[in-house]
Order: sequence, then C-alpha cells, then structure tokens
Amino acid sequence: MNIIIVGCGKVGSTIAKQLCNEGYDVTVIDNNPNKLRAVSDGMDAMAMVGDGTSYTTLREAGIENADVLIAVTDSDEKNLLCCVIGKRTGNLAAIARVRNPVYSNEREFLQKGFGLAMLINPESAGAEEMGRIFRFPSAIDIETFAKGKIELLTVRIPDKSLLAGKPLTYIHQKLRTDVLVAVVRRKGQVIIPSGDFVIEAGDLVSVIAGHEQAHEFFRKIGIETHRVRDVLIIGGGKMTYYMAKNLAASGIGVKIIEKDLKRSEVLSELLPDAEIICGDGTDEDLLIEEGIEKVDGVAAVTGMDEQNIMLTLFARSQSENVKTVTKVGKLSFTKVIDSLDLGSVVNPKETTAEYIIQFVRSMRASMGSNVENLYKIANGEAEAIEFHVTEKTRAVSIPLVKLNTKKNILIGKIFRNGRAFTPTGHDSIEVGDSVILVVLSEDKIRDLDDILAY
Amino acid sequence: MNYGMVIYILGWILKLESVMLLLPCIVAVIYREPAGISFLITAVVALVIGTLMSLRKPTRTKVYGRDGFVTVALAWLVMSLIGALPFTLNGDIPFYLDAVFETVSGFTTTGASILTAVEPLNKCSLFWRSFTHWVGGMGIFVFMLAVVPLLGGSTFNLMKAESPGPVVGKFVPRVGDTAKILYTIYFIITVAEFILLVVFRMPVFEALCHTFGTVGTGGFGVKNDSYMSYTAAQQNITTIFMIACGINFQFYFYLVARKLRLAFGMTEVRAYISLVLVSIVIITINITGMYSFGDALRHAAFQVGTIITTTGYATADFDKWPELSKTLLVLLMIIGACAGSTGGGMKVSRFVIVFKTIRKEIDNIIHPRWIKKIQFDGASVAHETIRNTNVFIAIYFTIFLLSTLLVSVDNFDFTTNFTAVAATLNNIGPGLNLVGPTGNYSFFSPLTKCVLIFDMLAGRLEIFPMLLLLTPRSWKRYN
Repeated sequence: MNIIIVGCGKVGSTIAKQLCNEGYDVTVIDNNPNKLRAVSDGMDAMAMVGDGTSYTTLREAGIENADVLIAVTDSDEKNLLCCVIGKRTGNLAAIARVRNPVYSNEREFLQKGFGLAMLINPESAGAEEMGRIFRFPSAIDIETFAKGKIELLTVRIPDKSLLAGKPLTYIHQKLRTDVLVAVVRRKGQVIIPSGDFVIEAGDLVSVIAGHEQAHEFFRKIGIETHRVRDVLIIGGGKMTYYMAKNLAASGIGVKIIEKDLKRSEVLSELLPDAEIICGDGTDEDLLIEEGIEKVDGVAAVTGMDEQNIMLTLFARSQSENVKTVTKVGKLSFTKVIDSLDLGSVVNPKETTAEYIIQFVRSMRASMGSNVENLYKIANGEAEAIEFHVTEKTRAVSIPLVKLNTKKNILIGKIFRNGRAFTPTGHDSIEVGDSVILVVLSEDKIRDLDDILAY
Repeated sequence: MNYGMVIYILGWILKLESVMLLLPCIVAVIYREPAGISFLITAVVALVIGTLMSLRKPTRTKVYGRDGFVTVALAWLVMSLIGALPFTLNGDIPFYLDAVFETVSGFTTTGASILTAVEPLNKCSLFWRSFTHWVGGMGIFVFMLAVVPLLGGSTFNLMKAESPGPVVGKFVPRVGDTAKILYTIYFIITVAEFILLVVFRMPVFEALCHTFGTVGTGGFGVKNDSYMSYTAAQQNITTIFMIACGINFQFYFYLVARKLRLAFGMTEVRAYISLVLVSIVIITINITGMYSFGDALRHAAFQVGTIITTTGYATADFDKWPELSKTLLVLLMIIGACAGSTGGGMKVSRFVIVFKTIRKEIDNIIHPRWIKKIQFDGASVAHETIRNTNVFIAIYFTIFLLSTLLVSVDNFDFTTNFTAVAATLNNIGPGLNLVGPTGNYSFFSPLTKCVLIFDMLAGRLEIFPMLLLLTPRSWKRYN
C-alpha cells in the first residue's frame, strides 16, 4: 500500500517509522530538509522536500497511486487543503490533523464536505485517553475499538482474588456479571481463553465490558475500585478543555488551575460546571491550598513537559492514593520517563499517531476481504477484527456450540439490527451481522471462515 | 562502529559471492575443464565463512552513514581477496597479488590486466573475470538489497556509499524496490546486447563475456587484441551499449515510467551526450588521414565510448593516434560517465556543478552582492552537495598526484605512469604508451600494483569509503 505523509514533525515521523516497519511504501513530504534527514537516514521511506499543498509536489510523490494521504503539518488549513487536493487527484483515503477547536467542533461537516476518511485532533484524542484513565483508575491499560463503542480493560489479578484458580465459566455462573475475558497474558504468553480456562493470580486479564459491568466485576474479584470523584487539572490549554468536558460528562468534579486570567475567563465560559482557579500551578502553597493532598486525581497538562513531570512527582509525594496523569509532548527520553514513578503518561502526539496507524492497518485488512475493521490489542499480539457477514460466509445459522472453530478464537460481540450483544453457545451468526472476533495476530485471520477448523 | 552489523552484512556478501562462484563451475563443466574445481573450493570456503558470520542477526541493526562507508569498502576488499583465490588455485595467475589485482580490476570494472596473454586461460577463469565486471558494474550491495530482504530501515546508507555520483536518490520509497528496478533495467540491457551480438555471429561464449564487460563498463576481453579482430557490426553494437550504460539509470526509469519530459530534460544526460558527440566529431576529423572516413568514424565512436564510459576495450591502437586525439581521450578518462550509471571517472554531473560554481564565483567578483543559487535539473543544489563536490575534486586530484608520485618509483616514463594512474583511478583499463591498448600492467613492481589496487577501489567507491577505512576514528565503537 502506498502512503503519503505530509509534514515530518513528531507525529509524521512516528507514523512513517511504524508504517515502514510494517511493510508499507511510505513517502514523506516536508519543506524542511533537515527534518527529512531523520527519514532518509533512519527508515526505508522516500523523503521529498517540497510543499505538501502543491499539486506538483504531490504528483511527484505519486498521489495518483497512493492509497492513503496523511496530512499532519502544523497548520490546520494546510492539512485540509492538502487533503482536498489529494481527494481531487486520486482515489484515496485522506486523513487530516486539525487542532483548532472551531474546526473540530464541526468535524462531521468537514469530514463529509471534504470527503475525508478521518479528522483527528491530538488534544481531544489525548484528553479522551486521560479521561478513560480517570474513569477506570484500577485498570492498567484501557484500549478502545469499534470507534470507541467497545472498551478493553486490562487488570492484573491480585493474589487473594476470588477468581484465582477458577475457570472462566465461574464469572457468569457465580459472579453473575456480564463481562467477556478476551485476552490473558501470562508470563509473556498471550492466550485467547475458552470457557474452561483457569485463571491464576498474577495474570494480566483484558476484558470487554461496559462501564457499569466493569466496575462491578472489578469489585467482585477483589480489585479495589475507588472511583475518582474529583480531579485537579493543572494548566488550562486545549487539552484541559476537552478533558474537563469529558470528565464532567461522567460526573467527575473538575478543578482547573490556570495562570492566565483571560484564558481562565474563557474556560469559565466554556465550562460552567468546572471550578477555575486563576493562579500559578507551580506554586507549592497554591497547590496545597487547593487541596492537592485530598483530590483523587491530578492531571498535569501544562505546556512544559519538565514542569508536568515535576508536578506529578509532587502530587504523588503529597498523597498516596492519588491517580495521576502526566502529559508529555516533546521529551523523548522515554526510558527515563518510564523509570520515574509517574503513574500514567499520555503523549497526545503518540496517541494521534497510534489512531492513524490503527486506521491504516484496518484499511489494509479490509482491502479485498470482508474485514471491516482491525485493531491490534495487547501490545499488538492479539487482534480484534470486525467482520461483515455476507451470503458467502459458511459459518452462518449454526449455533456457536456446534461450530467447529480453531483454538484461540473468541467471538466477542455480534451487532445485529443496530444492537450489540455477547453471544452465548445457542446464538448463531446470521447474514447481515457484524461480528467482532478476538484472535492471535500470528494466526492471520482475514476471513470469517478462517476460524473454522476444517 | 556497529561491529555486529558489519560482520553480519559481510557474511551475507560472502554467501552471495559463493553463489556467484558457482557460475564459473557450470562453465567448467560445459568445457570439461578440471580447473573448475578451484571455483567450487572457493565457493565452499566463502559459504562456510559467510554462514558463520551471518549466523546471528545483531540486535542493533542501525547502520549509520559512517558504518555504511566502512562496510562497503571492507566488503569490496574481502570480495576481491576471495574472488582472487581461484585464479591462484588453478594456476592461471600464479602470484596471488597479481590475482588480487586482476579481481579488483574486475569488480571495480576497470579492466586493467596483468596478463600478457589472455587466450591460454581456462574458459572458466575468463568467464569469472568478465562476470566480476557485471557484478561490480551495478554494485554488489545494490544486488544484495534487491535479493536479500534485509535489516530494516537504515540500509539506504549502504546503497549511498556504493552508488556513484554527488547525489544518490531513490526511485521508489523502498530501497529494496529501487535496487530491484535498477537490476531489472541492467538485466534487460544485458540480455539485449547478448542477443544482438549472437545474432551478429559472435561466438556465444565470447558474446557473453563481452556483454558482461560492456554493460558493466569493465573491459576484460577474451582475446589478446581486445576488439580489433571483430566485425564492424559487432563493434558498433558494443559502442552503442557502452554509451547506453554510461547514462544515468534514472533516465531509463523515467523512460519506463513514461515521464519522457523528465527523462530528456536531465541536465547530466544532455551534457554527456553532447560531450560524446563533440568528441567523436573532433577525433574523426583528427584521424581521417589514417583511415577511410567510415573507419575513422567507427574507431572514433568506439574509442570515445570506451573511454568516457571507462570501459576500456579498443578497436584500434589509439596510442598511435595524433596528440590531439590522445589528449582528448585522457580528458574524457577523467570526466567519466554519468552518476548513477555503471561507468567510472569523476562523473559528468560533478563537472556540470563545478562549472556552474566557477561561473557563480566569477559573477560574484563582478557583483559582490549578487545572490545566486546554483540550479541543476530545475532545482537549486544544496550547499552540502556543492561543498562535497568541491572537496571530492580536491581529494581526487590529491590522490591522483600522490599515486603518480609513488608509481614513478618504478622509473618508467611519465606518460605511462600518469595514464596508468588515470586509467585505474577512473576504472578504465588501458592508458597510453606501455599501458596502452596493446600493453598491460604486468611489469609494475608489487608496490605499484598495491597503489593501483587502492586507486581502483577508491575510484569505484568514489574515494570516501576507502579513506574512511583508513581513518582510525571511524573504527571506534560507539554502540
């Protein structure tokens, strides 16, 4: 697949590197030759100096034969223009990064009007991820797929858990909760479990569940789910706005500390429910005065990475049970950052790159097959695949218990008539359904019938 | 330097060479020559060493620019040392240093020989000699990148170090795919010439060897008198293919991709073709007294083609030509073919850039505030490229002069020494006087042979890799 990336900043180069490694043909365009040097030296991609909004440059980069155009320059308008030119020239999927809230609030219109496959806002994507972390503080990792419809929560089974040493059927029969264990990671091995699989303490278990069921399930198996009731956000940028909206929607109290008076006033207008404190977030006394010792969650999202890291470390030193999220945007010393006790770290640019890469992957999977979407989960070792069931599928109208499937396959959800449900052994797959499977990446399932053992 | 990776890559090169060494074995089987066993032994040795070296893929696969340069220089050296073994083993070239000279001359597509007579050689040795031209012409690394799915992201530094020219670009995003395109074009040209030569009644074995020598712009033949005894038609075919292989291969890529305007707009190709045509005209006029007009034109075209593309075949003993023609040929030797071709020399594009730089310098003296960017193929040339080109020319002449000085220890006349260095540093083969088209390099002392071996490798790899190999700092372990 041919991919053209316009703009070689952090996001552009992250995407380029990852896609290169996965075997795509990548061309990167930027008008700064120094930025392109990383591309031409470090990866097997074509680097082109030029203006990505110029038709001539795009044609030279082979826009006619491109499958995906990703516009991630630092200007929203350039990105949109670039995608419009791309759409007019070739039959491709165009993805634009748009940061200005004015545009991203009109996302749907822009997407339809310009025929874009995806409009992504890094701040909003990062805020969404932060919001998830506060909503499920006990989960180690939260991934979403099927356009955010389904969440995959990963937890480690504690030593004295009720679940340790019990088979999976126990969850339904005794705990009476409706969660689906999709992937289990044990000592570096990834397993897609069947009903008689026995869970051990220390396993990393990823479950598919709605919010309420997930909370209930965590409580029953002995994972303390102290809910985050209030969050202190330090820094009042775009990300804060999206996150505050997101948190307020799920009933979490929000307090924002912002230095600039004008910005504070704007925030106060936009977020009537939030408490806006105008003051210096790096002032220790102010933080204590505003109760940094008492809040359940702290998010450090100022414009400076170093400051954010400092703030988080301070918050953690003040209170033991606080859930913290740190925004890191520019710093690249990942190993050092990982070694600090920071809790969750969110990098909006990487999140953006990750979203785009997911999109490209699922596009490749769907080319010439009935795969609708494909999501890498559990560090890429497992896949959740959404299939569309057509007349040609052989596995239809057979109750699932009678279906002779391969090992390590899980039929996770069935969407029928706009409704999603977790199938039991008596259900069957019907034509017109959408089916979500969880499979191991190494099995390379690309058709619904691939799951059949014969 | 990333030693693990260097060893791993060298291992692969040896494995590839061992496969290539099987081809002369086939020739030996066809002609029932017992000497073929020496190639088999060498192939097995190369395979064993190569497999051992590439057994474990290193965890750090990053090849930085400096690693690429050193790896390529080392690989060419190792390849030549191994490739020389069969000649000594089967007794065709008893002295190992001579065999190394011959093999380096082959891989670097020089075509300078230490043999006083080639006809007594085994057919398999003759084949191997010519085949090294074919491999060296487009480059062993380009070949490796085309056939071995390798190593991740940073392989482009290998291709950059091996490919000639001031700027090395890719045709398509992937290095591997670019390499495949290059070799496909190369292969098609090879087959085309081979078929044409056979159709015009050159014996199959000779046609094959000469095709390798022509498309690789090497110059090893199978006859003592090079191309002199072949028919006019056969000579003309060779002329055309020599000149064709001296053109930047990007030209052919554009042709295939139907980007005709880009293809024929290439500054370098235009300059190269004009240079060829003008030289042919001047020499034809200059030598009409010695031949009929038709013959003069044919010989002039052949000799201009063979010299500017740095091939080194000869249809006439141009050592006996008038001074104007001889001097013009020596100048063409130094200019060489296009960047991105199989030819050697300093490359036409470098000269174009240098002339434009000179012009700019003069303009700047007249109008000191005149801001002027040097343009090439419709885009301004990066300052780095201009600097690199200037430095290249400075180093080139430094090495040229130092080599001439070292070679003069042997006490031969100046023309011999000067053209011997010119002919090896530019990968041509024959020079003038004692090393002229009818002479050879056997009479030089071992010291001179070593100097010329260095010159050939430096010329083919465009100097910098060889200099980096000799710089201790580049051997330092950084990771």
